[in-house]
Amino acid sequence: MSAERLTESIKAANRQGRVALIPFITAGFPDLEKFWDILAELDEAGADVIEIGVPFSDPVADGPVVAAASQRAIANGATLAWLLRELAARKERCKAPLVLMGYYNPFLQYGLEKFAQQAGAARVGEVSGCIVPDLPLEESAAMRAALATENMALIPLVGLNTPEERMAAYARAASGYVYLVSVLGTTGERASFSPEISTALQMANRNFAVPLALGFGLARPEQLEGLPFRPQAVVFGSALLKQLEEGGRAADFMARWKQPSAGF
Amino acid sequence: MKKGYFGQFGGQYVPELLMPPLLELEEAMRSFMPGEEFKKELRVLLHSYAGRETPLTLCPALSARLGFNLWLKREDLLHTGAHKVNNTLGQALLAKYMGKTALVAETGAGQHGVATAAAAARLGLACTVFMGEEDVERQAPNVQRMRLLGARVCPVGSGSKTLKDAINEALRFWIAEQRTTHYCFGTAAGPHPFPTLVRDLQSVIGQETIRQSREIFGRLPDVVVACVGGGSNAIGMFYPFVLLNEDAGAGKTGGKVRLVGTEAGGTGEPGCYSSASLNLGAPGVLHGQHTMLLQDKDGQILPSHSVSAGLDYPGVGPEHAYFKQTGAVEYAVVVDSRALAAFAALCRSEGIIPALESAHALAWVLDNAASLPRGGQVVVNLSGRGDKDMDIIRKCLPELCG
Repeated sequence: MSAERLTESIKAANRQGRVALIPFITAGFPDLEKFWDILAELDEAGADVIEIGVPFSDPVADGPVVAAASQRAIANGATLAWLLRELAARKERCKAPLVLMGYYNPFLQYGLEKFAQQAGAARVGEVSGCIVPDLPLEESAAMRAALATENMALIPLVGLNTPEERMAAYARAASGYVYLVSVLGTTGERASFSPEISTALQMANRNFAVPLALGFGLARPEQLEGLPFRPQAVVFGSALLKQLEEGGRAADFMARWKQPSAGF
Repeated sequence: MKKGYFGQFGGQYVPELLMPPLLELEEAMRSFMPGEEFKKELRVLLHSYAGRETPLTLCPALSARLGFNLWLKREDLLHTGAHKVNNTLGQALLAKYMGKTALVAETGAGQHGVATAAAAARLGLACTVFMGEEDVERQAPNVQRMRLLGARVCPVGSGSKTLKDAINEALRFWIAEQRTTHYCFGTAAGPHPFPTLVRDLQSVIGQETIRQSREIFGRLPDVVVACVGGGSNAIGMFYPFVLLNEDAGAGKTGGKVRLVGTEAGGTGEPGCYSSASLNLGAPGVLHGQHTMLLQDKDGQILPSHSVSAGLDYPGVGPEHAYFKQTGAVEYAVVVDSRALAAFAALCRSEGIIPALESAHALAWVLDNAASLPRGGQVVVNLSGRGDKDMDIIRKCLPELCG
């Protein structure tokens, strides 16, 4: 039960009195082999879910750090076909369920059904869902149907400007978790949240039954202070990629976030 | 048909964060654009500021040689030098009605950037233009013009550093600035409602051509030709004719008008980069739309190429993809060298310096003259003037420059 694994993994972290941690790393970054080492390291360091970025040439929702990592991964030869092949072939298994995050065109060209079957079968239950940032509700039916055949989640992204009726519509179709984009902008670290985040958090909380993951702009745990309540999970991408780029270790980054936090 | 679709093409493949401004724009189009006040204001701007209507000019020397009457729809005579201003004035006016205070735009050759900067200055809006670093360099005079008109020009160093990356960056900017800013999209592409909005604003080209044809030679033309990059001048020219052709098909009026779009084939060497996504691409999703794209087997978008920067785009407006599928319009490929030959011919035979983009449309007529009706009426949309292309002409056609 793959989509449910995502929900369960986040809830398990919350039961331990902490926010679930969802690191994001681009497939094939910094190079094809090191990516797998980092994935294992993140898993070992206690990631509750791991988001793997599928590189795309034109990532419109991403800021400079993730966009550059994507470009580098493409130059390294990372493709969706490569990722699925390696996922099937590698013996090591992650404890954390995996989510593939990528733009629609590579999935579309691969074939939505073929992708879902192979991702679902690659390592049973391990790839539990997808995030496709350029598929709003109106365009998501085909992808959602393909993923549903393998019981994988299509995780919705909602933001500070999403009206309540759209949140409710997303909530009706949601499984796994919901991703609340914390800024009206692209991925990348921000010094602080906009005051509107409180309203959006509360609106998402009352509309979605699945856990709420807060992402975009997160670099330090202190940023969560001052929110009306803790989200069930946090996603961090750019700050982690930047640390890796500068030669830092994934485990050190994770350690900062692992302190038990209030609110659970 | 699903909302925002042309057959299987079109759609709104954008991050959720862009859905509210797209829905707001759709609503604004519905509530403001059909109103008499808006229509009048736009008509006055197009007439007294941009210089509409534009003439339909006969080319006597080329006509004598070709054996049919060759007419040019003179969008090159418009303010800022191309058809782009039809769209930017309409969108800038709409932005005012929406209460926005700023415009953001992408630009490749710089023509849309200049037209946006001019419309923004005229209507008192702030203006930011994203332009690939490579284009900033090869179209330096247009960068200067945008700055003179008060626009902030932001060079884009990501990806291939050309138009497609400028669109990515403008979309990113719009996500963050959507509350104050309207995205003045430059071509009939991108997420719904842009393909429809830009088509409707550019349709004045085809509407005038129909009226002028009837006035000047008493009937509709036999053939109408326009170049296609993203496809805004072509859709503006073709769309009113497609509607007439549909009526003709239903037996209401006379024969059909043959419509030909010309894509840029690049150098034409085997395996070269081109901009011919309709003829050489495959269906896929980029910049908010499902359309024909130049892409590799993994769905990564390929770099495009053309001697004319304005056609240099790896996608195309979704309605063109639909018209190709239905056969409403034919699409041909014209390589750099043929466009340059047509450019030279028009300069020397008629005293008109065309944009290299428009030269791709003219080239198709010159190269296919034998198959066109003798004594007939052929219209080429001269979408822009060639002043901006002097540097590249000096390099490619030094013999012409003396």
